[in-house]
Amino acid sequence: MTTTTPRTRTTTRVPGEARPAVAPRRGPRGVVWIPLAAVLLLVTVVVAVTIGPADVSVGDAAASVAGHLGMGGLVEAPSRLVDAMVWELRMPRVLTAACVGAGLALCGVVMQSLTRNPLADPYLLGLSSGASLGAVLVLLVGVSVLLPVAAFVGSTAALVATLLLAGASGGVTPARTVLAGLAVGQAAAAATSFVIFTSAQGDSYREVLTWLMGSVAGSTWTEVAIAGGAVLVLGGLLVSTGSVLDAFTYGDTAAAALGVHVARTRWTMLIGVAVLTGALVAVSGAIGFVGLILPHAVRFLTGARHRLLLPLSALFGASFLVWSDTAARTVVAPSELPVGIVTAAIGAPVFTLLLWRRRAA
Amino acid sequence: MSGLRIDHVSWGVGRRLIVDGVDCTAPAGAVTGLCGPNGSGKSSLLRLVAAIRTPAAGVVRFGEDDLTTMRRRDRARALALVEQDAHTDLPLLVGDAVLLGRTPHRAPLAGPTDADHAVAAAALARAGAAGLADRDVSTLSGGERQRVHMARALAQSPDLLLLDEPTNHLDVAARLETMRLVRSLAAGGITVLAALHDLDLAASACDHVVMLAEGRVVTAGPVDEVLVPDVVEKVYGVRCAVLRHPRTGRPVLAFDLE
Ligand SMILES: Nc1ncnc2c1ncn2[C@@H]1O[C@H](COP(=O)(O)OP(=O)(O)OP(=O)(O)O)[C@@H](O)[C@H]1O
Ligand SMILES: [Mg+2]
Repeated sequence: MTTTTPRTRTTTRVPGEARPAVAPRRGPRGVVWIPLAAVLLLVTVVVAVTIGPADVSVGDAAASVAGHLGMGGLVEAPSRLVDAMVWELRMPRVLTAACVGAGLALCGVVMQSLTRNPLADPYLLGLSSGASLGAVLVLLVGVSVLLPVAAFVGSTAALVATLLLAGASGGVTPARTVLAGLAVGQAAAAATSFVIFTSAQGDSYREVLTWLMGSVAGSTWTEVAIAGGAVLVLGGLLVSTGSVLDAFTYGDTAAAALGVHVARTRWTMLIGVAVLTGALVAVSGAIGFVGLILPHAVRFLTGARHRLLLPLSALFGASFLVWSDTAARTVVAPSELPVGIVTAAIGAPVFTLLLWRRRAA
Repeated sequence: MSGLRIDHVSWGVGRRLIVDGVDCTAPAGAVTGLCGPNGSGKSSLLRLVAAIRTPAAGVVRFGEDDLTTMRRRDRARALALVEQDAHTDLPLLVGDAVLLGRTPHRAPLAGPTDADHAVAAAALARAGAAGLADRDVSTLSGGERQRVHMARALAQSPDLLLLDEPTNHLDVAARLETMRLVRSLAAGGITVLAALHDLDLAASACDHVVMLAEGRVVTAGPVDEVLVPDVVEKVYGVRCAVLRHPRTGRPVLAFDLE
């Protein structure tokens, strides 16, 4: 009575189900969030460009951008000064913030899900500490390579050390990877402190501190290209992995039972996250809390389905960091704060609130 | 023969053999119970069958297929595993949890289709959990959660269903309800291999029993031949009498205290 020819069929039956099931009309629940978040990001970018010590109207900003995109004939050109301010200063900075925010939030989602650790963030594998060590060597010791290059090399070295350590201690499981990352991160942080302690003086100390706290000040189109390229390519790939991450919901065994190659998936995705994070840290330093709280905040809004969570976290992360950076350059104007201080000031209480709400729920 | 054949399968950690040359079958269309004391290797054997662990030796066949070497996706379409204690801390609706079972039936990066939703809904109904679809999994009772796990496995449309203690956390009515469901699935042609602690439940619900101890098969065969006082005493070190249920005629185990 049994037929065991399941390989090519399209299996849409439930075993033993006699009558056809009625499909409840479960529409694209939550998908409305995506256009909303996209519009929010667009508005955020436009408004943020107009905010600053010199007045720039939305019209000026639009005209400047149109001019540089070869559509200058359509609108009246803004003054040279306004044009330079929009195109050379504010636009690259705002876009860098948006790309970094999107990338960090995305990496945070993936890290939390692959390590099954709600406290995971993109820096969990020691990446930020490795990058910081690279940057500090450039800023203080005068190693003559470009700072982003040194930071990227530092974070890659930290990743390799973490994965080797985890592998040597018996396999890249979530728990071992986290512990190895902690060890590598602590070692790199100690080395960084040592370098700062022995060689920083006066202004260089301030410069180092700014970098360590994370900042997008002084971003140019080069930074936009690095962060934007990394987010478009690697971020785009990560966003498409929603179904795979969903399969990890009940852990490794359950994922394997759903046909996922667990070890290979974890390796490739961790490396993807690490390279993306490395690129972001290289342009902006280690900005904290974005990769930690954005995923939680978005999960709170829409639940844990990754097909929605990934793109939404990226969009909201972008808006969040643009606003944080806008605050960083305006609240103590004419001076400015490292944006990492702003994200920490917002992030710490929000995180507490989210934990508290979750317990109450 | 169709159904599951486990041929001389061994697996160990370090130098310790946890599953030691296990040889047994689970015929198609029947419920086979996997019994044995704590730590006898039941869960390990189920993981080997599901190819989540790779056997150090031996072959696992299901029908014509070698489960160990089969493509992952094809295997995940053929068999489903309900783990002993699967849980998640993520905020997730029951309906979405059940939809996870459809993963192997669609392209790796694609989302669930209407057909997937229909299958998931039917699976929930089949597991007696239709009313739970819009609940958050973290708010379920142990028994409700168990049903959702069962629904998730059913949504996978398996031909081979591996259950690890499917009646954990369930009260007596729910336990019987689960076994009734399992029996009706088997009657529909599915091969069921279920690790069960409760020998009485195994006696009343299984067609065949495989008795494990220390990673080895002690006896395997029809329930009447395996669940006998000698075997139970040898494996568990407790004495019992096997009675007959006055209405169903199935074996009932009565344990001696002294
Ligand atoms: N990955 C592992 N590493 C080391 N030991 C293991 C591993 N997996 C299982 N074991 C050991 O193998 C033995 C069998 O475990 P298993 O979980 O298969 O038993 P079980 O029959 O399912 O027990 P229970 O009835 O308690 O669920 C146990 O002693 C367990 O500690
Ligand atoms: Mg077990």
